[in-house]
Amino acid sequence: MSALSQRPAGGVVGQPLPHESAALHVTGHALYTDDLVGRTKDVLHAHPVGSPHAHARVVSLDATPALAVPGVVRVLTADDVPGVNDAGVKHDEPLFPSEAMFVGHGVAWVLAETAEAARLGALAVEVTWEPLPSLVSIHDAIAAGSFQGGQPRLLRGDVEAALEGAAHVFSGETEMAGQEHFYLETHASLALVDEAGQVFVQCSTQHPTETQDIVAHVLGVPSHAVTVQCLRMGGGFGGKEMQPHGFAAVAALGATLTGRPVRLRLSRQLDMTMTGKRHGFHAQWRVGFDDDGRLLALDATLTSDGGWSLDLSEPVLARALCHVDNAYWIPHVRVNGRVAQTHKTSQTAFRGFGGPQGMLVVEDVLGRCAPLLGVDADELRRRNFYGPGQSTPYGQPVRHPERLQRVWGAVLTNADVARRRAEVDAFNAAHERTKRAIALTPVKFGISFNLTAFNQAGALVHVYKDGSVLVTHGGTEMGQGLHTKMLQVAATALGVPLSRVRLAPTRTDKVPNTSATAASSGADLNGGAVKDACEQVRDRLDTVAAGLLGTTAADVRVEGGVFRRLDGLQEVSWEEVIRVAYSQRVQLWAAGFHRTEGLHWDSTRMQGEPFKYFAYGAAAAEVQVDGLTGAYRLRRVDVVHDVGDSLSPLVDLGQVEGGFVQGAGWLTLEDLRWDEGDGPTRGRLTTQAASTYKLPSLSEMPEDFRVTLLEDAHEDGVVYGSKAVGEPPLMLAFCVREALRRACAAFGPAGTSIALASPATPEAVWWALEAARAAGRDAGHVTEGAAPAPDQPAPDAPALHPRTEADAREQTPVHP
Amino acid sequence: MGVTINGTTCPLDGVPVHRSLLDHVRDQGLTGAKEGCAEGECGACSVMVLRADPAGGTPRWTALNACLVPAVAFDGQEVVTAEGLGTPDALHPVQHEMAVRGGSQCGYCTPGFVCSMAAEYYRPGRPAGGFDEHALSGNLCRCTGYRPILDAARALGEVPADDALAARTARPAPAAPPADLTAADGRFVRPATLDDALRQLADEPDAVVVAGSTDWGVDVNLKGRRVPLLIAVDRLPELRGLLDGDDHLQVGAALTLSELERLLAGRVPLLDALWPQFASRLIRNGATLGGNLGTGSPIGDAPPVLLALEARVVLASTDGEREVPLEDFFTGYRTSVRRLGELICSVRIPLPPAGIVAFHKIAKRRYDDISSVAVAHALRVEDGTVVRARIGLGGVAATPVRARATEAALEGRPWSLGTARAAGQVLSQEGTPIDDQRASAAYRRAMLGTSLERLWHDHDARTDSAVTA
Repeated sequence: MSALSQRPAGGVVGQPLPHESAALHVTGHALYTDDLVGRTKDVLHAHPVGSPHAHARVVSLDATPALAVPGVVRVLTADDVPGVNDAGVKHDEPLFPSEAMFVGHGVAWVLAETAEAARLGALAVEVTWEPLPSLVSIHDAIAAGSFQGGQPRLLRGDVEAALEGAAHVFSGETEMAGQEHFYLETHASLALVDEAGQVFVQCSTQHPTETQDIVAHVLGVPSHAVTVQCLRMGGGFGGKEMQPHGFAAVAALGATLTGRPVRLRLSRQLDMTMTGKRHGFHAQWRVGFDDDGRLLALDATLTSDGGWSLDLSEPVLARALCHVDNAYWIPHVRVNGRVAQTHKTSQTAFRGFGGPQGMLVVEDVLGRCAPLLGVDADELRRRNFYGPGQSTPYGQPVRHPERLQRVWGAVLTNADVARRRAEVDAFNAAHERTKRAIALTPVKFGISFNLTAFNQAGALVHVYKDGSVLVTHGGTEMGQGLHTKMLQVAATALGVPLSRVRLAPTRTDKVPNTSATAASSGADLNGGAVKDACEQVRDRLDTVAAGLLGTTAADVRVEGGVFRRLDGLQEVSWEEVIRVAYSQRVQLWAAGFHRTEGLHWDSTRMQGEPFKYFAYGAAAAEVQVDGLTGAYRLRRVDVVHDVGDSLSPLVDLGQVEGGFVQGAGWLTLEDLRWDEGDGPTRGRLTTQAASTYKLPSLSEMPEDFRVTLLEDAHEDGVVYGSKAVGEPPLMLAFCVREALRRACAAFGPAGTSIALASPATPEAVWWALEAARAAGRDAGHVTEGAAPAPDQPAPDAPALHPRTEADAREQTPVHP
Repeated sequence: MGVTINGTTCPLDGVPVHRSLLDHVRDQGLTGAKEGCAEGECGACSVMVLRADPAGGTPRWTALNACLVPAVAFDGQEVVTAEGLGTPDALHPVQHEMAVRGGSQCGYCTPGFVCSMAAEYYRPGRPAGGFDEHALSGNLCRCTGYRPILDAARALGEVPADDALAARTARPAPAAPPADLTAADGRFVRPATLDDALRQLADEPDAVVVAGSTDWGVDVNLKGRRVPLLIAVDRLPELRGLLDGDDHLQVGAALTLSELERLLAGRVPLLDALWPQFASRLIRNGATLGGNLGTGSPIGDAPPVLLALEARVVLASTDGEREVPLEDFFTGYRTSVRRLGELICSVRIPLPPAGIVAFHKIAKRRYDDISSVAVAHALRVEDGTVVRARIGLGGVAATPVRARATEAALEGRPWSLGTARAAGQVLSQEGTPIDDQRASAAYRRAMLGTSLERLWHDHDARTDSAVTA
């Protein structure tokens, strides 16, 4: 067992603690970025001048009328930018564009004494637009050949030959919608300038370092002149990984130019109109099975709808390709990926980061093909699980494949699936109008940033003379409980009670060069760094304590704030050791660092071992569908999920439950619609408000929801034997979609294959069950036998961002 | 003058009439209540206000969406926010349960949940451990998946005898004093009587009339609407009665839907089918029937039901009163026969109500969604024959409409599955449904087509009646 994963007896990790800010949350005392405005004097408010067109050139922009609006102080335009007029890391996102690329694209920002005056000022700015042709749907973009960025290709074996020799070959298309993050707190920044011209930006950001980078390059100043702080976020889910930077830069620019604090907070409508979402995907596929239903080959082309700029679309696509196998061994694989460019918001990270979209493709394939193969869909899934010694299509050995069997078996048992399936069958035989179904799906999700360089983190641990401890680390808190876990890690590593440790807000001047709090990696990376810092201090204190206890440092143990000799005969308090250490001029603070060992990745060839480990889970859902409306209820859900040895079980349980419901929302309810017509509102997001975009409410939670964490799940080489938990549970919700598919099939003759739209709204379920009633086997829109291959990339198709990867490799040690 | 927030009186002098209670509360440094959507959909802004019981019972701590209501309308009122319930060192029981059970993750929605949950906690007659989950139907959480929040709610015990907010309900709720406030952005008038209101409206017929402000607040926040004069009618005694007529019930136009639900106590079954599907508890605590008819939305939830009930609308002006059958009320998209200077005073619902009723609201989400199509049925069946059928439709035309062809196809026929299916064919051709982001026209027609079969199954089929999805 590695030193990193070894867990001492009596540690604080593993205790089921409430969120460290719970008491502040429930009393309304927890502060978020925009809550600071009332505590700040002379704040100016910012409002965008947004494009009414999906695509249009700015012919002229006259800000003069806005300046006549009472309260308007200044209008920011491209001419005001002292540095680089760009808000993205790919240099394809002008902060003040001369060409609007989507409806609502901000081309200028108005600063005013009140939010109301800024809004009125923005209305008064006179812009002459020259509308240009636009692509709104992904289909139009594919037809027009409108792609951006690299076109990765994942290859293993010989797909053509394998399909040739397969007993069963099927082909079809799969399409899935994106998803709005709908973090309850919209984007917010508050920028101030100090006496030396340095900028301090409080920002709701998952990636303070990158926010700092972008602010610095827009202002044309070094990074040391910009400090970014994130107190906490009211939810992030990936939506605040890249998207906050431009808004922070506008606020910082305004503060620099006016000398006054500038607040930029998006209303919900602006947030939904202007910011990126989960990528919708389109997939064409061919699949081959042997006579036993074993997967032989998958040939697929995945196209994501990237919106107007690249943002994180390339790494999202790479993760989609790396998860198209989900939990299944597929000997021959050819999966092409490409990013469509459309005139919509620039789609971005969202919990799962392409993984859910890739996995949905194979789950859709299995769900639609199972009836055609005459194999029960659950059994078809289990039969194709990875086994010992097998590797992913990108060449990474699948460690712990037995955990797939364990979580699957545990769900079958916990959920009493055999008995309940018999009940469902009896119910369906007795009821014509309503049908029930149970379905199971597995999750295998790779943990680590695909880009090796991002797998590093820092921390700063101060022990003060009175023995109190202050921990700062590079991760941000967005509700996922990272700070709670880091407090537990610090208390465990130092051997003190939790009450001795406090956590300071995330700031770039405390811990520099941090990675985004993303990819579920927050606890793994920052936990490693916090533990490292604590152990540096601990090693020094052990020596001091050994002197006081008359023994050697190796024979000193500390637990609960008391140092003891190994023989237990003598003890000395934490506070006393700290007092003596200070007087002996021992350094009582340390900077910690962590980098994930054993990773390597070649994004050009799509080969390597990009993941430290896989998180596993399985879930079973029972649904009931009304054959007269398509409406459905989620009667029961059982989950068994692998979080390693949990750092904080209450937090992890919350992540699993919350991820599941959010995933079910994506798959069944949340419905992004853009106006694809040719009228004056073409390109407008028609579901740009909470009244039209519905996320799960209390009425959508499973009526009976039973989540357990896999036991005896120690993960070697990860902080205190734990595993990441943020993203993987989202994909457990596939079982809901598969259960709906099976319930729809129950309205048709036996063996009916069902094509189900995603999201599977009541309307989508209605059309699926209508097709089952009318068409039987044809309802799945699956073609049997030879079919044309999916679109293949052109010979000159660009590789996946080779420059960034090459840069990263030069700067980061690579472990072959 | 002022509004009392957590026991402290906060002046309202000069507060813009378009400033929300939420912004005013936050201006006081109480930043627990948040803006999550600014249209009454997410509940992050939820606060409690003490309201009198129109039936004369115990006053109620009532949760409202503070983002929708003008701050000036709370002159003289008592408001409690999450900060007023407890402190980090002395949590309120609701806050305690939410905290220890993992009911908060990012915490942004939490103060709103706490206020909605506390209002339910204090609900007169709530049994210990009993919790109406509809109390939380207007609060969205994006992190938890709701399970721990529901567990927290279900863990709540009885209110202790020494609880200060419970003790406050032993005294009457504050009255709403007449007001006439002018700020830089306009004027807010709360007349004392109906006559005052009608005179005001006669003088300034362009004024916007508000009761719960649940629709007006959305216009202010999302559409940027501003007007010179707001007239608040929500507390006019003449608009807040429930009267028994000879052959009808007369429902005050300014009773909130939550109040109506309690006052009617099941006397009109079709309305009972409506309430849980009408927006959320937070909205029903402010919204009124008068408002729902006054806005005239073709997808409002109440009009189809009131059409099926053959309700009549009582309109008043300084020229007197008139009564209009609801089916003649709507004239076009968000227009009606209501004249300038006229006020909706009450709704008359004929008695006795029909025996076979249902409200079928087709939407993506069960709680707090807007219908893509809505069907309200009211059938009288005597000796197995449909003797009277009244069907109101929403979402199929520019106005709520009656399904007259379908009614004709039902009346005189035996009440059977065959009749339901045959009449369903007729129903599917009523109106002119459109494609939009909520549903396709084809699905809307299909849902019209199956609605009567649903009604028949739910009332008369014995096999499937208990298992409708």
